[in-house]
Amino acid sequence: MSDTPLGRSTPEIGAADGLQRLATYPYAIATWVEADGYPVSVALAADVDLAAGTATFDAPAGLSVPTDRDVSLTGSHIRPQPGYGYDERRHVTVWGRLTPAAADGGRLTLAASAAWGWDEAEVPFFEYSERSVGRARTYFDALSRERGTPVKPRLSFGFLVLRATRLPFLSATIVPVVLGIAIAATHGSFDLVAALLTIVGASFVQLAINVSNDVFDTAQGADDANVTPTQFSGGSRVIQYGLVTFRQMATLAFALYAAGAAVGVVLLAVRGSPALLVIGVVGFVVGLGYTAPPLKFVYRGLGEIAVALGFGPLMLLGAYVVQTRGALSWEPFVASIPVALLVALILYVNEIPDRRGDAHAGKRTLPVRFSRRAVIRGYEAAAGGAFVAVVVGVVAGVLPIPTLAVLLAVPLALRVRSGLEPNYDNPYGLMAVMGVNIRLHLYVGLLLIAAYAVVLVVTAVAPGTRLFVG
Amino acid sequence: MSTLPEPVERLLEVALVGELSVVNDAGRPITYPLIPLYDGEKVYLTSSVLFSRKLTHIKGNPRVSLSITDPVAVGGRTDRATIQGDARVIDEDPHGGWERLLPIWERKEPAIVAFLKVRVALPLFFERSLIEITPRRALYWPAGGAEVAPMVTPVGAGTEAA
Repeated sequence: MSDTPLGRSTPEIGAADGLQRLATYPYAIATWVEADGYPVSVALAADVDLAAGTATFDAPAGLSVPTDRDVSLTGSHIRPQPGYGYDERRHVTVWGRLTPAAADGGRLTLAASAAWGWDEAEVPFFEYSERSVGRARTYFDALSRERGTPVKPRLSFGFLVLRATRLPFLSATIVPVVLGIAIAATHGSFDLVAALLTIVGASFVQLAINVSNDVFDTAQGADDANVTPTQFSGGSRVIQYGLVTFRQMATLAFALYAAGAAVGVVLLAVRGSPALLVIGVVGFVVGLGYTAPPLKFVYRGLGEIAVALGFGPLMLLGAYVVQTRGALSWEPFVASIPVALLVALILYVNEIPDRRGDAHAGKRTLPVRFSRRAVIRGYEAAAGGAFVAVVVGVVAGVLPIPTLAVLLAVPLALRVRSGLEPNYDNPYGLMAVMGVNIRLHLYVGLLLIAAYAVVLVVTAVAPGTRLFVG
Repeated sequence: MSTLPEPVERLLEVALVGELSVVNDAGRPITYPLIPLYDGEKVYLTSSVLFSRKLTHIKGNPRVSLSITDPVAVGGRTDRATIQGDARVIDEDPHGGWERLLPIWERKEPAIVAFLKVRVALPLFFERSLIEITPRRALYWPAGGAEVAPMVTPVGAGTEAA
């Protein structure tokens, strides 16, 4: 029984392994099908003999246990959690035929022939669910055939949009765009309508990238192969879950790209410059080529660089030149470096739990290519580099002194670093680490924006105040 | 109308987990731990479409049994029961049809309501079918041990010895 491209919903258990597991439960539930066709179960004490591959128990009083058909022995465990429910779920069933041991006082011996079970300590519930998606699809297909009309899973429109576009990740766009606008404002250039159009257009582009990423990852098998997705990784999975069709997602991606392009054309028309045109074209190629053939940056180990470029300098400089009508300077470029590094690290950390599925689909991300130690060292270097870039920028007189406030976020980077090692092979333990890592990018971005707000205010109320070193 | 002996009803009402046994098309029993929900007449269980193999088995053979055996899951009670019955899969509306049992479910697993509020995180888990069991016979072990024959109660009739 294969429910996913990577195999069964639960790990295969041999009869011997099943017996070994059964022996750890305080009692067993013997089940068989009676002559009238109803199954019947009775709890009893079973003695497991691992060497013989058998379990022996006293014949239950008042019931006739058959020897001409399979009997099962099941062990089941939960731990009640008052006010919550329960946890520590595990169960195992061992099947076999009984041989009566009349000389042994009516004891019965089951020769184990097959076993099945699940232990959430071995296969976490979310992974078990993901491995069972094929089973859900089979069930909906059968329901559709029964009724002669398609039966599909559903989500409310709001939840569906949220999930399909991965809307909460828009901070990756908002941060660099608003920062670029803020820096331009400190340079004396600000147009509110252009600023709003930039935010809207860039948001459309990011949502288009998110959706097209799912389309191309599905087409190339990466999302199907991933059985350990988290809320931060593994794509939106709306296609895998049957909530949206592949064609609908492709159409949505096209519509979002078209909306983003339309806003870009308007901006080019009213605030146009050669710099904006170049940034727009490069951004489009990097965004679409992230997962789309023939470029497929993320499949070639270039995903982090593409994301850093797209959601760092390109977004930030694009927003900046819209305001300045094409004038460029070093300051927005240097300010984009920490943003670029930290947004790339979001992808980088999110790729750690995806690495088995990514490898299966030929997606050569950095966590697929490098060892655990090298990946963690890489995180240290890039996160450290983000903070060093700001300090060097300030010392060099390129960035204003208030941007040193980003150092307040160093503890978050340290929390991520310390969480990577113990959770590297635990996708669900890694979820909290991924959350902190996303906050790191957001907080550094907000601190940079706040720093430029301070520059604006100080310049307005106390002109001549020294805000740069040198 | 109550159809089960009172002690069996009490077990159903408190049990956090029971063992549903179904019969596959090869005639082999397969046992699944599930939360039993009892409305005073019929026993209900719910199953996500993710784990729907049991539903397919029931559609092929509706004869099932449900056992309450784990003292830990029934607040330390040591009595045990098995209910045999005919099951029906109710899956007209997997998206929301099962929610009518949410109040009973919530009493046993309060966290389920919070999970349901964020069903966007686990959309297929909350696409569920109901399993409705009409009891036909109840086997009850007052002391829990299999060394004593169970009290057997056919539905709608008096208690008999096994």
